[in-house]
This record gives sequence, structure tokens and C-alpha cells, in this order.
Amino acid sequence: MLRIRIVENAIAESYGEQEMRCPVHLSIGQEAAEAGACAALERRDYVLSGHRSHGHYLAKGGNLKAMMAEIYGKATGCAGGKGGSMHLVDLEAGFLGAAPIVGSTIPIAAGVAFATQMRNEDRVVMVFLGDGATETGVFYESVNFAALKHLPIVFLVENNFYSVYSPMNVRQKGVNRIVDIARAHGMEAHQADGNDLDIVYQLSRQAVTKARTGGGPSLLEFITYRWREHCGPGYDNDIGYRTEDEFFSWKERDPVVAYEKKLIANGVVGQHEMDLIARDLKQEVDAAIVYAKQSPWPDLNTLPSQVYAS
Amino acid sequence: MNRQLKFSEAIREATDQAMGRDPSVYIVGLGVPDPKGIFGTTLGLLEKYGTTRVQDMPLSENALTGVALGSALVGMRPIITHQRVDFALVAMEQMVNQAAKWHYMFGGKAKVPMVVRMIIGRGWGQGPQHSQSLQAWFAHIPGLKVVMPTTAYDAKGLLAAAIEDDNPVIFIEHRWLHNISDDVPEEYYTVPLGKARIMCEGSDVTIIGTSYMALESLRAAEYLRDAEVSAEVIDLRTIRPWDVETVLASVRKTGRLVVTDTATTAFGVSAEISATVLEREFDSMKAAPVRIALPDYPCPTSPALSNDFYPRARHIVFEVKKMMGQELVADMLEDPLGQRLDVPDSSFKGPF
Repeated sequence: MLRIRIVENAIAESYGEQEMRCPVHLSIGQEAAEAGACAALERRDYVLSGHRSHGHYLAKGGNLKAMMAEIYGKATGCAGGKGGSMHLVDLEAGFLGAAPIVGSTIPIAAGVAFATQMRNEDRVVMVFLGDGATETGVFYESVNFAALKHLPIVFLVENNFYSVYSPMNVRQKGVNRIVDIARAHGMEAHQADGNDLDIVYQLSRQAVTKARTGGGPSLLEFITYRWREHCGPGYDNDIGYRTEDEFFSWKERDPVVAYEKKLIANGVVGQHEMDLIARDLKQEVDAAIVYAKQSPWPDLNTLPSQVYAS
Repeated sequence: MNRQLKFSEAIREATDQAMGRDPSVYIVGLGVPDPKGIFGTTLGLLEKYGTTRVQDMPLSENALTGVALGSALVGMRPIITHQRVDFALVAMEQMVNQAAKWHYMFGGKAKVPMVVRMIIGRGWGQGPQHSQSLQAWFAHIPGLKVVMPTTAYDAKGLLAAAIEDDNPVIFIEHRWLHNISDDVPEEYYTVPLGKARIMCEGSDVTIIGTSYMALESLRAAEYLRDAEVSAEVIDLRTIRPWDVETVLASVRKTGRLVVTDTATTAFGVSAEISATVLEREFDSMKAAPVRIALPDYPCPTSPALSNDFYPRARHIVFEVKKMMGQELVADMLEDPLGQRLDVPDSSFKGPF
């Protein structure tokens, strides 16, 4: 969780250099939902995600250097520079891919689960989606299919209240709508505080265990908040689609700070130890950025290649 | 005599043999296990391979295309079927944004071996939404392959090759070909994607056909023989990648090009072929190329209207004769009285 925060902050700080020449969707503020959910998975399990995927990729164990190099468009990037921030992939870590067409990876994840089930493999699939994705047709279609086929999948919804600048009240009706859709399909669903790491982990653990033991799919909706602008490194509390008061109320509920306090209060770690961990993580991220910057550009020969697999 | 199979039976046999050879092949689609079995193309598969590998599906074409894609990412080889091209359009997002791109946009790490079968309807009042030929749409997308077999032999071999291919392949069948028989070997074989077939050799004009229009082209070549015009007919077989070299070699020989297609002429396959030939073989051309495909309006339902919608062999003959400077008979575009033009032959009794 702290690592995701430090990585995302580092991206925000470096973005102004104009060397990361692709859109970035930072998840600062949402780290508990990402880290807590992925902590419930095994390495052999699969994750797919959407446009705001850095945290999911890292939480699943994706290679940080390859991610940074991809954002910088370098040959050493996880997709060789062809994908960028919105198309992270790390097959070894079980992060099968991310795509920014909202909702589109939901059925793909269901298909991965379908294959896993057909081959009787001990793998669970988790697909991350936002509140906006629950408005797409493929969300309903995929929930129906997963319920019908009893697939080993967890639909992990991070509800951050905004689709770009459009608030919930112009897009959806009812505060329980998302979990109700899943329940209407006979699927277990829970809505909970997405900024509480322990709650996220416990619910995710239950859902993953259920899927792994043949109990079928679940949907988890975690309420959280994106601190920064929808796309890009800055804050956008001044442009009028949400209030600064709202932002500060969520900032007070910072999931990273809250969990640090909890760990220290419970005597798991001391403040000094936390500072050392943060320092080490910052060094790791800085090194990844240096690696990305120093990596070569992709060879132009790769431009027309990989259109078709052979 | 060699064994004869209908096109639809050849599709069934290719699917059966591919499933028998490779346990990762499975088939899903609306009506796949039903008593009609997608015009007979999936009959018996359920009994042989069971409910895991032969599946019906909810009416969720877009999601199920994503499901097929997802399963392909982790090693399955899905075949997804649509009883009409038109029904597949709600799945364009998954085919165009996703399936076509996953290999490229992940730097070659993802592979999407999947086949999407679609059927073009024609006649018997199929109308505006059961009759579209949208091969050009799919062929416009880098990352997709597009196959349109004409003969039963090619239907079997091309479907087997499409299933073996590691890419998303759009496999388009014409409903009027399903009942046409051909020599089809019993053993498993593949016909390579991207290779056209010269159906008959000739020296005066090259006629390219896609799918059912390749048969109309062949019929036209027979009429033209009586008029002492030697037509070379090429069945394109694969729309993307299309066999540029075979077409160019033929045009170098004949100097004349007619392209027939099952789709709307505008912005279609016939335009791509004509443009490529003019760009690369302009000096070989003795006449401007001619495109013979569908007019610029949707397909009407009534036979009184749809009879005039589809070009047939006689239209090809007319255009070739005109191109060759031959005398045109005024009534040659009229069909004999009483001939039904909304069925491929008398065996077709509807309803779809």
C-alpha cells in the first residue's frame, strides 16, 4: 500500500518533466482497496484491470522497473513501449493485462476464469473495475455469465464516486445498486469501506477462498476516493465538479496513514521503522525511474511487428 | 468417386477433427447444441465432446466474445458462432478494441487464438438486418484475419487452419453455400490462410470473387466461354491477409480486372483490390477495373425488391463483354420468367 503511494507520488512529481508521454491515471487515495484485495490472492491467481491499473499491477507483484519503463515508452517496458500506462502486463506475476475501454476487461476476466474452470485449475481470477464500469452492458452480461457458470472470479469494484467528472447522481440510482445487481444474479456481494485495509483484506480473502473452493463468484464494492485528477498528475478540486471540503474529508481518511497508525499503535512496527521502510521504497522507485530514463527506445523495427502472433 | 460433403458438413467435420486433435478447442454460440445445430454445422458435437466443450450461451454476444478472448489468453482455442454477421455487431468492441489489439499492445506477450464464425444471410426475405456482408469492416482492422471460404473443401481446410492460427480469425460463411457439395477428403487437412485459389485459368480478364460471388463468377466464366472470352476466376478465400501476388500475376496476364463481392461496393473489398491493382499494375491494365457488388442501400425484404438487389453471373457477363468491346444484347440482364431469385436452388425452403 505504501509502495503504491510512493510510486504514484513519484510519477506525479516526474510527470511535469514531459518525459512520460502517455496518459496516467493515478490511484492515490485508493491504495487500501488495491493492496488489500491482491493480498488475498496467490501468485498463480490472475488479475485484470482497467485504466487506473498501476496499483493493481504492483499489488499483484508486477515488475516495477518494467512498469516505469513502459510509462516512459522504453524498450524495456513490460509491453515494449506499445502499451504505456494503460496497458500494463506481467504474465509471471499473473497480471494478464489492463485496458482503458471501461468495462471491457470484465468479460475477458470471466473468460480466464471460464478456462480455469474448464481445465479444473486451482486459480482464482480477480477483475478490478470502477463504479462507471458497472454501467456498461458487458458488466451485466459478465455478472450473469459468471453466476450462471459458477466461475471462480471476484468482481472487485472500487467506487470512487466519479467517472472522470461525472458524479454518481447523474449516472446511477440508489446507493446499493452495484451490490444489488450482483445479488439479483444470485451472487454474493458486499459493500464496505475501501479505505480500511483490514476490512478489504478480510472480505477479499473470503471471496477468494469461496471461489477457490468451488463456491462461485462474488462481487465486492469498496467505497474509496481518488485524490488526484481523473487523468494526469495534478489536483483538480478547483475546477468545480467536486468540492475541496469533500476532498479534505477523504484526505483525513487516508488509508495509508490510517494503517501506519494502526500498525504503530498495535506495536507491530515503530515510527522509525516505518520511516526506514518508506525511505527504502523511495530509493527503489527512484532507481526504477532512473532505469526507465536510461533504457533505450524501442527499435523502429518493432513498429510493424507483433500485429499477428506466429 | 471421391467423397462428397456439403459445405455445412465440412464445417462440422473440421470442428470435430480439430476438437479431437486438440483438447483446448471448444465451441460456444447461441444454438450450438440445439437440434438444428447452426444449419447442421455443429450437429453431434455435444454428444461426442460433452457440455464443457460444446456450449450454448446467454444472448450476450459482446461479453461472450470477451470470454472467448480471455480463455484464449490462457491457452484455450475457442470457436464462437453467430448465426448472422449482423448479430455479431454488438461484439465489435471486443473484436476490434480487444481481440485485434492484445498481441500488439502487450508487446507480443498475449496471444489470442480464437475463431469467430459468422453467417451471411441472403434471400427468403432476410432483409436489412439478416443479410449484411461486413468483411471489409473486419479486414480494416490490423490484428484480425478474415476468411471467406467458397467450396466445401476450402471450408474444412480453412476452418482447420483458422483454429490452428494463433490470432483472432473472423470466419464468414455464406448461407447459400451451406448446401453445396464438393470433394472433401476424410482426413484432417488445412488450407493456408492468405492464399487465393485460381478456380479456372484464362487470358482475357481476371474475375475475383469472394465467397458466394466466386460461384457467380465461375458461372459467368462459363457463359463468357461461349462468347469466346477467356476468363480467369480467382476465389480470394482469405480477405485479410489477401493474396496480392496471385491477383497481380493474373492481371499482368489478362490486363483486365473485375472484382465481385458479397458486400456493398462503396469502401469495400472490391475497392481495396482495385486500388492495389491500379497502384501496382497500372501499366498492365488494358481497361479500367470494374466492381460488381451490392448497391448503396440496405437489403430490402420483399422478393420483388430484393431480386434486383443482388448481382448475378449475368451482370458479370454484361460488364466483361462491355469491357471487351463486345456487342451487348439488350435483354441479357433479364431473368427467365418464373425463376425464383430469392433461393440458391430448389432445395432451399426457408425460413432462414
